[in-house]
Amino acid sequence: MSTTLLRTSTARSALRAASSQNSKRVGLAGVAFARGKATLPDLPYDYGALEPAISGKIMELHHDKHHRTYVNSYNQAEEKLAEAEQKEDIPSKIALLPLINFHGGGHTNHTLFWENLAPKGSGGGEPPTGGLSKAIDTSYGSLDAFKEKFNTALAGIQGSGWAWLVQDTQTGSISIKTYANQDAVVGQFRPILGIDAWEHAYYLQYQNRKAEYFKAVWDVVNWKAAEKRFK
Amino acid sequence: MEPATYSLPKLPYAYNALEPAISAQIMELHHSKHHQTYITNLNNALKTLFTAAKDNDVPTQIQLQPAIRFNGGGHINHSLFWLNLAPHGSPETSFSAAPKLGEAIKKTYGDEESFKKKFNAALLGIQGSGWGWLVKFENEGGRLGIVTTKDQDPVVGAGEVPVFGVDMWEHAYYLQYLNGKAAYVENIWQVINWATAEQRFNGPREDAFSALKASM
Repeated sequence: MSTTLLRTSTARSALRAASSQNSKRVGLAGVAFARGKATLPDLPYDYGALEPAISGKIMELHHDKHHRTYVNSYNQAEEKLAEAEQKEDIPSKIALLPLINFHGGGHTNHTLFWENLAPKGSGGGEPPTGGLSKAIDTSYGSLDAFKEKFNTALAGIQGSGWAWLVQDTQTGSISIKTYANQDAVVGQFRPILGIDAWEHAYYLQYQNRKAEYFKAVWDVVNWKAAEKRFK
Repeated sequence: MEPATYSLPKLPYAYNALEPAISAQIMELHHSKHHQTYITNLNNALKTLFTAAKDNDVPTQIQLQPAIRFNGGGHINHSLFWLNLAPHGSPETSFSAAPKLGEAIKKTYGDEESFKKKFNAALLGIQGSGWGWLVKFENEGGRLGIVTTKDQDPVVGAGEVPVFGVDMWEHAYYLQYLNGKAAYVENIWQVINWATAEQRFNGPREDAFSALKASM
């Protein structure tokens, strides 16, 4: 994941060359490349490609404004953290950690989110196969039963947050977990599939009817990406 | 005996009265949909709590606490919020409508502008959904403080008087301001009801919550 999140310009151009068949690229304008800095990743599809599940306007604001702000704020916090480190200023370092957690988490979460979505016709909504499919059936009975439980978890988030299908790195078993705000899936659990339940992820299109968003989003879930994360 | 059920309080102004600071569309959704949902879910949780208490079912009573905190908090916060806003251009929106509170603010923060600056910085520092409040601490000589709370946590601590609050959930501004929340917190001052804030500041803690009793 670190290669996705912290790209050097060399790595980026390699990555772009590899996906040059995607003629319409979005994002990137105005992002300065500096070695070791987090950068806004390109979306692998057009802003309008997830319609009607997610509107083009939401995707554009979400990627180009919200995600970009997390990237910029993370880099600013990182810079301050490096300064504090140089001065061995422990109180300042501690004070910066919530910002690293929030903005670093925002960058991580959104990067994973864009990857685990895909337009209908490019894999979006096509059910999982192989080991992940088996694990879902074992744990939840069926894909539909899993989606229902996942949507209940999403609807139960009190405030801003995310729901994730995660894999326990100790046991290999999968489960549904919700995370507050931009808390990232790190440590014991490995992120497999995430859905953003912040209001900015759906409000322009669905307003207070968030259950409709949770239902529609499965039409654009990229299970292929989820399978690659599953071990 | 049945538990009390709460109902949506009427807004003391029209949905479009806060324009251009807050659009009518936001106000209508916010009041008739979002606030209503908190009340519906609060009533459901209280009903279940009532039964659980009757049955001496302690685990269920404990299990219900987060839902009561969240939905009860949502009802309290929004009820206080509607009343601490006033129509754009009305005399209540003038800082001078809060003479005693104004003095206390100046004493604490220097002047009106530096207070607003500090309040806005606190609002913009909220990570996720939450609220910013000016709070009077009755048990600490009536001192003022800016407090942020997460999600729908209400300001209900012993001796804490919520003087006025600003909703920083995205649903409070997104349809109009999108990701530009700095503009929302700038403009919200055009519709802060300083007369209500003055009343809450001068009165005892229970007076601030009197609107809730009326909506039972």
